[in-house]
Amino acid sequence: MSEALPDTEARRLAEDARDRVRFEEDALALSDQVYRVARRLVSSPEEAEDLMQEAYARAFRSRRSFTPGTNLRAWLLRILTNLNIDRGRRAQRTPDTQPLEEGDYFLYNKLEETSAAPVTDEDRVVERLSQDDVVSALAAVPHDFRDVLVLVDIGEFSYQEAAQIVDVPIGTVMSRLHRGRRILKSKLAETAVGEA
Amino acid sequence: MIDTSSEIDPCARCEEALQPYLDRELTKAEMAEAERHLDSCTYCRRRYRFEETLRRYVRQAATEEMPPDLKQKLAALRTPL
Repeated sequence: MSEALPDTEARRLAEDARDRVRFEEDALALSDQVYRVARRLVSSPEEAEDLMQEAYARAFRSRRSFTPGTNLRAWLLRILTNLNIDRGRRAQRTPDTQPLEEGDYFLYNKLEETSAAPVTDEDRVVERLSQDDVVSALAAVPHDFRDVLVLVDIGEFSYQEAAQIVDVPIGTVMSRLHRGRRILKSKLAETAVGEA
Repeated sequence: MIDTSSEIDPCARCEEALQPYLDRELTKAEMAEAERHLDSCTYCRRRYRFEETLRRYVRQAATEEMPPDLKQKLAALRTPL
């Protein structure tokens, strides 16, 4: 019996080391996808790099708080968005009350109004927007709206997953997403048409 | 989620369903209703197609790949064996 205990302990340690290696490998395998979201949550590649390193360092330290079998990518992004918010962004929070009455068809209608010929090909309408236009318009969306927009539209998370990542009710995700997309379209209209 | 009042203009209802439709967050009944309208309404169908194209375009335009050396930096943060 006295020899069985060290064996059990050794086995436990070996299993723990194996789990840790697997966890860290899984997390690293997701880093490209996590980065794509992180890059659009902040303004510069340098900030994204710092944020990724902080998030991964914390994730590796906090491995035991991850429940195996649940969504690791969402868990990593929850750590990352919390760190991003902790960086003092809360001070820049924009109230949800800024006026924005345009509907969801707003950008299409604007682009159609300013087209010489009737719009028959949606791809050609979109092509009037450059990649820089899109990146600048996205960067101009206030943080609270942009976080949700980036998680759903770039990260392809569901409303429920985005709600868990940013820790708000699902209804708040939906309203921020809705508003964020309208703000994005309004910014794109400003660029493409010259007015909002 | 979607306003079910029968007085509302069908195109306005369809516009309201646009975002959750493309996010695949509508119920089956709501989705079927939106699709029935889209089958018969060119105005809404064009705008749905545009929105879908725009989203794809935004995703492509906003995607920036991770610098290769960052992956090495992240791997270096792993717990030493």
